[in-house]
Amino acid sequence: MTNLLNTILVIVLMLNLFALGTSRIVSVIRTVAAQGALLSLLPLLLHEHLTLAAALTVVPTFALKGIIIPGMMIHALRDVKIKREVEPLIGLQPSVILGALATVFALLFADQLPLTDAHSGALIVPTAIATVLAGFILLTTRFKALTQVVGYLVLENGIFIFGMLLVEAMPLVVEMGVLLDLFVGIFVICIIVNQINQAFASMDTRRLVSLKE
Amino acid sequence: MAFALIFLPILMAALSAAIPSNHLRPWFLPVTGVAHLALTLVTLASPNLTTSAAWLVLDPLGKLILLVVSTLFCASSFYAVGYLRHREERPNRVFCACLMVFLGIMSLVTWAHHLGLMWVAIEGTTLVTAPLIYFNHTQRSIEATWKYLLVGSVGIALALLGTFFLAYASLHTGLEATLTLEGILEHAPKLSKPWLHASFVLLLVGYGTKMGLAPMHSWKPDAYGEAPGVVGAMLAGGVTSCAFLALLRIYHICFAAGEAAYVSRLLLFMGMLSMAVASLFMVGQRDFKRMLAYSSVEHMGILVLGLGIGAPALYGTMLHVVTNGLTKGVLFLSAGNIHRAYGSKSTEQVCGAMRRLPLSGTLFLVGFLAITGSPPFGPFISEFSILNGAFDAGRFVIGGFFLFLLLVVFIGMGATVLKVVQGRASFEARNTPYRDSFLTAAPIAILMLLVLLVGLYIPPPLTALIRDAVLFLEGQP
Repeated sequence: MTNLLNTILVIVLMLNLFALGTSRIVSVIRTVAAQGALLSLLPLLLHEHLTLAAALTVVPTFALKGIIIPGMMIHALRDVKIKREVEPLIGLQPSVILGALATVFALLFADQLPLTDAHSGALIVPTAIATVLAGFILLTTRFKALTQVVGYLVLENGIFIFGMLLVEAMPLVVEMGVLLDLFVGIFVICIIVNQINQAFASMDTRRLVSLKE
Repeated sequence: MAFALIFLPILMAALSAAIPSNHLRPWFLPVTGVAHLALTLVTLASPNLTTSAAWLVLDPLGKLILLVVSTLFCASSFYAVGYLRHREERPNRVFCACLMVFLGIMSLVTWAHHLGLMWVAIEGTTLVTAPLIYFNHTQRSIEATWKYLLVGSVGIALALLGTFFLAYASLHTGLEATLTLEGILEHAPKLSKPWLHASFVLLLVGYGTKMGLAPMHSWKPDAYGEAPGVVGAMLAGGVTSCAFLALLRIYHICFAAGEAAYVSRLLLFMGMLSMAVASLFMVGQRDFKRMLAYSSVEHMGILVLGLGIGAPALYGTMLHVVTNGLTKGVLFLSAGNIHRAYGSKSTEQVCGAMRRLPLSGTLFLVGFLAITGSPPFGPFISEFSILNGAFDAGRFVIGGFFLFLLLVVFIGMGATVLKVVQGRASFEARNTPYRDSFLTAAPIAILMLLVLLVGLYIPPPLTALIRDAVLFLEGQP
């Protein structure tokens, strides 16, 4: 079981780096959708005795992370006709390297945190921290509103991974994760409905500079 | 009672959304405000109110915040009617409904005794306040809303991670993983230390973002600057108090776990940093609404600093939650009036507010004197008490630094405020249609009187409530 789990987590880590390294916004959204879909299946793997309630929470998580939110974002992207993240704050290769460094840091930091015996073999904690950091890098170095939301989704995926440590003791955490997903969903709807794209033509947050000291 | 306090505003929100008249709808706000305040006072007066739900308990800390939020909302709701009368060209359905749901969710924060539920409620406050900031539908308000949502939701995400860490801290030591406050407090000394430390940092950053502590305050000047005055008042007095309550819960847990020394170092650092950053940006600030936002950053810094000093300053800190919340109401509401009258919030266009708007201008000036800690107003008592606490705890450097920053803020804020209130208003500004009316001035005057009252004579029930809150926080029921 731990082997399969760790394989998935390694794929998740690779998807992080891939999301950091592409400039096409559609590819970034698809990468994160794949990551989210993969993660939403984790509770099925972790539960020794699978309960109906746990199985049922997988469905909304999968739908939100894998289909609905990315779908809405791709829809929003079609309206604004932008394809690439031009000139991120730091280039693509440096951000991949930064992501790799973050992963190393996460592995070292996770070593400091003691785990219970049941969780000791798995890569859950380092993957969670590395994914949160990758999300941060995306959030802070990209300027398109949509890419920033993708960064937020990655950050959220990291938190979801950590929730897997608690899923047996507190099934509630998955529901809280779903709520956070819903939150992002509403967030994206806000962008579409309120037409940030139209107000700012290209959804470039660098244009959001009228409020400055 | 919990359910009444939480669901009454939400029910009223639904009703108001169903009303077609843009003119009548705002009156739902004061009806809700008065009913909520009445229910709150009844709840506070009756000693033993329990709910069937174990997750909803009103402890003394919750009572204090509930009182602040409810009072502030009640005053703001009357003001909102006057404000919306000037804005009848804008549909106010979403505005009114969100404002009332906001009150319901804030009440939920004060009752929640489950850290997960509290987190959900704080997440909810972010969602329902975003449309309020967006009320004007201008480019600048979109920008402010976007920053508010993005920064706020990162804060919320980190707070969730911190909450998970806390749950794991109890799971790790072989205890049953729980997020109810009672459950965690009971086993607090046994919690796994590394997880608790990491969790505290994440929660401080997460809820600190909602409070607007530096350096996570970047959303604050934009959101407060662009939101209508009444929303600014509710954000600066309500949301920040609720986020501070969340921080108090975590402090409580760490205190019970015997980690007070670790926690207070971080709190002192964040408090000093927030005060220093706020005072830097306040000097030479031309936009008086942004200035108020920085003042809010400063006062959040004071609260966190007071918490960091610990036991001797806790009474002052709790009192400061009350005095800051009410004074922020005075400032934001009167600033909203001035903004409306001049059509600008820059000191380059705005001057002579005392003559142009005798009531709002005077209240703005008096509110400034109060918030910067001039006697005989409430914040003077609370800030002095925190300073006293710092010296009692032997933290002379911090006490000195605190005094110095208060002085810098007084000078910086004073320069801007005096520019606004003194002089003669320009010809155009004198001819705008806005005049002070009963509904837009009386609520501010009442809040101001409350601030003055707390400065001159703290009512015994309030003293008792604050003492209870401090004892509760120190774990002596």
